Amino acid sequence: MLTAIAVFFPLLGAALAGLLGRPAGDRASQVVSILCMVIASAAGIAAAVLLGIGATEPGTIEITNWISAGTFRVSWALRNDTLSAVMVAMVSTVSMLIHVYSVGYMAHEDRPCWRFFSYISLFSFAMLMLVTADNILQLFFGWEGVGLMSYLLIGYWYYKPAANAAAIKAFVVNRVADLFFTVGIALLFFQFGTLSFSDIFAAVPSHAAHHYELFGASLPVLEVIGVLLFIGAMGKSAQLFLHTWLPDAMEGPTPISALIHAATMVTAGVFLVARMSPLMEYAPIALSVVAVIGGSTSFFAATIACAQDDIKKVIAYSTCSQLGYMFAAAGVGAFDISIFHLITHAFFKSLLFLGAGSVIHAMSGEQDMRRMGGLWNKIPITYSVMWVGFLALAGIPFFSGFYSKDAILDAALGTPGGVAFYAYITGVAAAFLTAFYSWRVLFMTFHGTSRAEPHVQEHVHESPAVMTVPLILLAVGSAIVGYSLDGTFIGLHWQSFWGASIVTLPGSNPFTHMESIHGVVKWIPTLVGLAGLATALLFYILVPWIPGWLATRFRPIHVFLVKKWYFDEIYDAIFVRGALALARLLWKVGDVAVIDGVPNGIATLTTDSSGEVVKLQTGSVAQYAFAMVLGVVILVAVFLLFR
Amino acid sequence: MNAAGFPVLSLVTWLPLVGGAIILSIRGDAEAVARNARWAALWTSLIVFGLSLVLWVKFNPSDPGFQFVENVPWMPEYGLTYHLGVDGISVLFVLLSTALTPICVLASWEIIKYQVREYMLAFLILETMMVGTFCSLDFIIFYMFFEGTLIPMYLIIGVWGGPRRIYSAFKFFLFTLAGSVLLLLAILAVWYQTGTMDIATLLHTKLPASMQIWLFLAFLASFAVKLPMWPVHTWLPDAHVEAPTAGSVMLAGVLLKFGGYGFLRFSVPLLPVASATLAPLMFALGVMAVIYTSFVALAQDDMKKLIAYSSVAHMGLVTIGTFTFNEQGLQGAMFQMLSHGVVSAALFLCVGVLYDRLHTHEIDRFGGLIDRMPFYALILMFFSLASVGLPGTSGFVGEILVMIGALQVNFWLALLGGTGMILSVGYMLYMYRRVIFGTIMHADLKNFLDLSPREVAVFAPLVVLTLWMGIYPASFTSFWAASIGQIVQNHQMAMLHGVHLAGMLPR
Repeated sequence: MLTAIAVFFPLLGAALAGLLGRPAGDRASQVVSILCMVIASAAGIAAAVLLGIGATEPGTIEITNWISAGTFRVSWALRNDTLSAVMVAMVSTVSMLIHVYSVGYMAHEDRPCWRFFSYISLFSFAMLMLVTADNILQLFFGWEGVGLMSYLLIGYWYYKPAANAAAIKAFVVNRVADLFFTVGIALLFFQFGTLSFSDIFAAVPSHAAHHYELFGASLPVLEVIGVLLFIGAMGKSAQLFLHTWLPDAMEGPTPISALIHAATMVTAGVFLVARMSPLMEYAPIALSVVAVIGGSTSFFAATIACAQDDIKKVIAYSTCSQLGYMFAAAGVGAFDISIFHLITHAFFKSLLFLGAGSVIHAMSGEQDMRRMGGLWNKIPITYSVMWVGFLALAGIPFFSGFYSKDAILDAALGTPGGVAFYAYITGVAAAFLTAFYSWRVLFMTFHGTSRAEPHVQEHVHESPAVMTVPLILLAVGSAIVGYSLDGTFIGLHWQSFWGASIVTLPGSNPFTHMESIHGVVKWIPTLVGLAGLATALLFYILVPWIPGWLATRFRPIHVFLVKKWYFDEIYDAIFVRGALALARLLWKVGDVAVIDGVPNGIATLTTDSSGEVVKLQTGSVAQYAFAMVLGVVILVAVFLLFR
Repeated sequence: MNAAGFPVLSLVTWLPLVGGAIILSIRGDAEAVARNARWAALWTSLIVFGLSLVLWVKFNPSDPGFQFVENVPWMPEYGLTYHLGVDGISVLFVLLSTALTPICVLASWEIIKYQVREYMLAFLILETMMVGTFCSLDFIIFYMFFEGTLIPMYLIIGVWGGPRRIYSAFKFFLFTLAGSVLLLLAILAVWYQTGTMDIATLLHTKLPASMQIWLFLAFLASFAVKLPMWPVHTWLPDAHVEAPTAGSVMLAGVLLKFGGYGFLRFSVPLLPVASATLAPLMFALGVMAVIYTSFVALAQDDMKKLIAYSSVAHMGLVTIGTFTFNEQGLQGAMFQMLSHGVVSAALFLCVGVLYDRLHTHEIDRFGGLIDRMPFYALILMFFSLASVGLPGTSGFVGEILVMIGALQVNFWLALLGGTGMILSVGYMLYMYRRVIFGTIMHADLKNFLDLSPREVAVFAPLVVLTLWMGIYPASFTSFWAASIGQIVQNHQMAMLHGVHLAGMLPR
């Protein structure tokens, strides 16, 4: 019941905000949507706590039948197990805080912003449907729902061409991934005859030996399903090759970046892999793919983050990189650690985005760090919470990121095999870069002398309480969530918390290996992080000419990073221009010249000849009908004669 | 007798003509005639729709056979009967036709200014023909209704259409006629072979395998043009561009369904061996339609053409679903047709809203409309999303069922057939962006008004239907589940026997 309240109150809030917006104005919409989110959040936390202390049993709320066709049956149902409950609590809470923050952030909009509140409430509903789905098709409903709301919110400032382009890009790239996801769903049904999670998971062991013919080879069917679903996850979670939409998505209002593109929607892919853990455990190759893509993304995105000057772009690539960590963890079988990092990341990354929003707010909309600097004493609250956020992000002890990120790297190191080691190496390298770009942002934004225009400098002001209070709450979360959940979410007793919602095969959970990591090796990630911090300090405070010198000296590498490894350019040339060119070709040549050429030619021929010789072309339907009957008679005669 | 206790199908079929006769008898000055014709057409179509709701209420979903049957000998010496009836496959199409007609009348209320009486008459005749097509259980009667739709449609495009209406109407007529001739030929061949034209009887008649292939190809010629399938789809964009809004609504909403209905009613059950043999061809054509026309849609700069091409792509999924011969695929095809009937009709009505204001559907003439018409922007967004198959709208259910059906046949069929998922988002959102988003660049858009109450009344039922079909599709699938189940079962039986037949009859 609590779950249902948590899921459906945001929907109610969205509807009321949308309906009240025009007649009653922005304030009414804000009040109802926040009120509904507060209720949802309270219910969500209560449900998670009750489940966590064992006061309630995991269960399912069946609502009604959704789609049925023959043996295909899918229901609308809410699932309440630990994994869902943890996600519901996190999503509703973060969303609630961001609703509050948005009241301040959107206050300077020229146009009414009730639409915005209706959208983010609707987004929250879709996200909650996603995490509470009891079958994979309903999960897909939430999945597409959050995709839609992401599209609408990226393009919220619809008069900005860049926002419109980014919105479409996000939707299309996600749809590419979703195609594979859908085929994966179809294959799941084909193989299991059901799409309900419980039924699939119960049947997984008996399908482990089944094969599926593909590419002329016979592949284990669970591997094929695993890879297809993971491609879906790659789109939503902006993993390497399908990541290009996420940085562009920063065109949306900053609260959106915090809510959708940091804390919740982009983590849906990680959630999917964790949700499917009972199946993924039987698909070792698919898991290796997950680990490799995750590890690669964590490193690749971190390199780009080091060279961006837009404060939001840095944090966006950082998100991409952190999502890579989560996948790396899932790929080595540590689904619980991956969700742990998801939760800690939700706090510190939404904090960072909202902090960046507060900076942008203070700087009259400026996002380029090259035109910031020296802000630390002008916006002290923002400055302090940003410190907390970056300490957590960089995994400095005892902030929340430290617990989850270290656990991921330990798990990768502790798991035997080359893939896990690759994930470890890329993860450690990314840890260095993460600390570096974190303090690069801090130093460029808050320290040194101000490089802003004088009139911008005059207007610099700390944000109102409606914005700073959520920031402080998130900062508290970023500081303590890791420490307080460490022994519960992960560790040797992880199973007593997660129950049946996360499954690993006996012996494959990395905790069995992690205990063997001792001494200095255990501290490598932390040391590397501190080294990154020191490098940033050196580059941007002590010897500030180094970055410029490096950029000139290693110009190709610098340009390569600034250009984000040229993914956008390559994709644009191949897919966007390619598609448009093909579209015109098929239309002008295929349809107009070839297909229409024939009948039009005949028509012209008949018109020309008949116009002069016989007046057949009279335009009278009756005569055509007569001609038709006549023709039929002849054809029938021919048919019967030569039969 | 039948479940309704009175000849409901005959009434639904012929009542529009009675209304048409009343309209014809209207006299007076031009203004009065136009006004009375509008009201008479609206009331007639509303009464017919109300009457057809009897089918919704009284239909027995557990009976896979024909219901509300009326059977009167007509020309007994030739074995022809006036035989009407609906089963799970046809009943909702009847309702779709009767539901869209009043909407069309309402949508044409102000924009049609000349020859209103004849215009309304054409729509009522069209309604009779459409309902008759879905109700008739005699092949000859079916053919008469089926072809009969051509004439009012030809006139609607040719008289009340855009500047190139004559070319388009003629192209429409030629394409469909070419196919229809072969259909008639095939019908006559069936008659010659079996001696009956009764569809209910024919469904249990086995035709020689060699003959089936030829019949299938002849049926295909007609249904492929109607659906339309690649590569005989080019009449559709032209017809839509020139047709008046309501004409497009009927064309996309109902007439395109004739093709899919033909496959489900005739090709699959009557010609199981040929259907199975030629299924790969149908898959190829379906996939081709999805990919090819989706790309072409991407390049369009006319809203109506774009939606027309998207229709072809959606119908490609219908083709794929139909020839999977499993319940998910067939039900998916049915659902896709029904959903497309609602959604594409709504999209054309959306274009009509703009056309009424500016007399063009060129995309570049618009832009930034959201500031002037926020409610319209919402409606267009809603139906665009339904068209791309967003879960929770009707478009999704058909799409996912077809994909699930297709995957049981072949992995690549599902993957390639699903590419429409990506491309449709591309062309729909690209269009939406250019029409709705941005800032107003053309001065004449600045005094646009948002939807009028009449327009809201047109869209409201379609919004409700789209959501209903997306959230609780069981209300609709339950109608045809039994009939589809029987088709699948019969097909499997026929395949068991068909293998023998094909071996026994070399010719």
